Amino acid sequence: MSNTLKVPTMAEYMAEGKQPEVLFWVGCMGSFDDRAKKVTKAFVRLLNRANVDFAVLGTEESCTGDPAKRAGNEFLFQMQAVTNIEVLNAYEIKKIVTACPHCFNTIKNEYPGLGGNYQVMHHTQFLKSLLDEGRLTIEGGQFKGKRITFHDPCYLGRANNVYEAPRDLIRKLDAELVEMKSCKSRGLCCGAGGAQMFKEAEPGNKEVNVARTEQAVDVKPEIIAAGCPFCNTMMTDGVKAKDKESEIAVMDIAELIANAQDL
Amino acid sequence: MNYIPNILFAIALIVGIGYFAKNVKKLIRNIKLGHDVDVSDNTSQRWKNMAMIALGQSKMVKRPIAGFLHIIVYVGFIIINIEVLEIIIDGLAGTHRIFSGIGPLYGVLIGAFEVLALLVFVSVIIFWLRRNAIKIKRFWSKEMTAWPKNDANYILYIEMALMLLFLVMNATDLKFQAMNNGNVISQFIAPLFSGLSEGTIHIIERSAWWMHILGILGFLNYLYFSKHLHILLAFPNTYYGKVKPKGELDNLASVTAEVKLMMDPNVDPFAAQPESTEAPAKFGASDVQDLNWVQLLNAYTCTECGRCTSECPANQTGKKLSPRKIMMDTRDRLEEVGKNIDANGGTFKEDGKQLLDDYITREELWACTTCNACTEACPVSIDPLSIIMDMRRYLVMEQSAAPMELNNMMTNVENNGAPWPYNQMDRLNWKNE
Ligand code: SF4
Ligand code: SF4
Repeated sequence: MSNTLKVPTMAEYMAEGKQPEVLFWVGCMGSFDDRAKKVTKAFVRLLNRANVDFAVLGTEESCTGDPAKRAGNEFLFQMQAVTNIEVLNAYEIKKIVTACPHCFNTIKNEYPGLGGNYQVMHHTQFLKSLLDEGRLTIEGGQFKGKRITFHDPCYLGRANNVYEAPRDLIRKLDAELVEMKSCKSRGLCCGAGGAQMFKEAEPGNKEVNVARTEQAVDVKPEIIAAGCPFCNTMMTDGVKAKDKESEIAVMDIAELIANAQDL
Repeated sequence: MNYIPNILFAIALIVGIGYFAKNVKKLIRNIKLGHDVDVSDNTSQRWKNMAMIALGQSKMVKRPIAGFLHIIVYVGFIIINIEVLEIIIDGLAGTHRIFSGIGPLYGVLIGAFEVLALLVFVSVIIFWLRRNAIKIKRFWSKEMTAWPKNDANYILYIEMALMLLFLVMNATDLKFQAMNNGNVISQFIAPLFSGLSEGTIHIIERSAWWMHILGILGFLNYLYFSKHLHILLAFPNTYYGKVKPKGELDNLASVTAEVKLMMDPNVDPFAAQPESTEAPAKFGASDVQDLNWVQLLNAYTCTECGRCTSECPANQTGKKLSPRKIMMDTRDRLEEVGKNIDANGGTFKEDGKQLLDDYITREELWACTTCNACTEACPVSIDPLSIIMDMRRYLVMEQSAAPMELNNMMTNVENNGAPWPYNQMDRLNWKNE
């Protein structure tokens, strides 16, 4: 594994008077959560491998405001949004890629009304475009023939109709893509959205992530592929709750591709 | 000539349609209690949605069995209603089967109506069995007791009766049977009456004819009180339904104004605020009047099918939240407010009740994951999530009544720019870890 990650910041680009091809919006999970940080790094390794001219905001990045908005705090959301938009516009950002569907949805759909207009891509879409342009090659490697099921993140799938980019990438790994009972537009939520991640669930008879993990376990995958740091956590916890850690791994698509090439 | 039947018919028609028109006016008045919302965008997409989803039933067929049966009943009902035109002309003019003069085509039409009537009858029986014998889960939730449960069955009984009356009316019409043109189904029912005198058969035919048309007028007036209102409102509702990506929540304009003011360095924070006569905007919704009119139209359109609830992750895991109940509660409260206005000479008199707490509990609201499974599942483009979000906004921005953990999360976002107590200056630490 190469351990020299190239992660330039926008401030550095600015100092050199240059503009990157794309801004990588890391997000709070990707910046601070131990599991999600691994996804962030895997994605950066792929960007480095494909020689993508990218930059991050680093310490100038702040929460998009998604959890606040969905908790009902429109004030806090708009404060966050306006602050972020000021930073992004000052750097004249045109194109943004992020590995978090919540950031993706918020910046793509809710920032334009507040003055932030960018082309926003989910990292699976971006990786797919690198592949299509021949800038990145994908090999099956250790995942060849493995049974992989993809859990659709609500904020990527239903919210924004992106269903195929992540699946195309999995197929490229020469893996066996299996679909859960509820998938694509009828995919079952992992239970984290709408700020649920940050609170205990209301009384019920089951946790949502366990219900979703059961659907995954039913199709006997070796890997549950995720495309969202929140889903990743929820599914990992679900697999633990079902005592399946030794049989089923939960991995982000960026990790699958990076690991397949021993990056 | 005896004009009494014609006069009676005209009176029935005027009363039936008049009462319906009165309720439609009330319906529109109630929907307009919601505040305004701009729906002028994307007209071509809106027409397309209406054509596909309402007219074309594109969402219904996502569940193939129910979808197929529903299309039969839907198509059957629309087409058979062409026959109503003939009945109305006959009734007013005192003619009998006025269209039969058009020749063989008449037989083709009536034949098609008879086949459809039979298909509708069979489909409705299967619907009844699914509800009452197979007891499909989504028809037996907590909110589906009392009126909602009976309402669903009444609709099925009325439809069965109307189809049966139509076929009996044809079967006992001796002239029509003698024509032997178009009586594809009714010819098999006619022998049931063969032992009776011609006079009795005529009386049966007249009774079936009258009960059929009175039944249709009655059914028309039943709509306003029933989930069956969807047969009309599905069309405007799919037109006015959300055309933006499902994940996009609206940005509250009233908040934008205040945020811009707070962030503007040129504004003197100590300057006297200009006197405003307007009451300060209320953030979010605690009652139906705080919702917009599309949300209220949604409530009247809900068919109570429960597709939303059966796909809802919170409901599937035993939480109290049911998006169908959100819509039913909104309609019930709106009806209550409407009655209040009627009883108080046109203005609403405070009744100490509201949608929040008296109908929809906080526990329901906080269980939502905003996953959009409900809006995706709804066959008539209803958006229960938007109501949940507006009520959360009220709880948080007007009452500061978020669950404690969410308050912690929000404090962190405010202070550190992340939902956890990490320092923003540490955001890039992962790079070197
Ligand atoms: S958006 Fe909320 S109410 Fe609708 S299905 Fe998801 S959790 Fe249930
Ligand atoms: S909101 Fe839509 S899906 Fe839910 S019960 Fe009403 S009509 Fe059915």
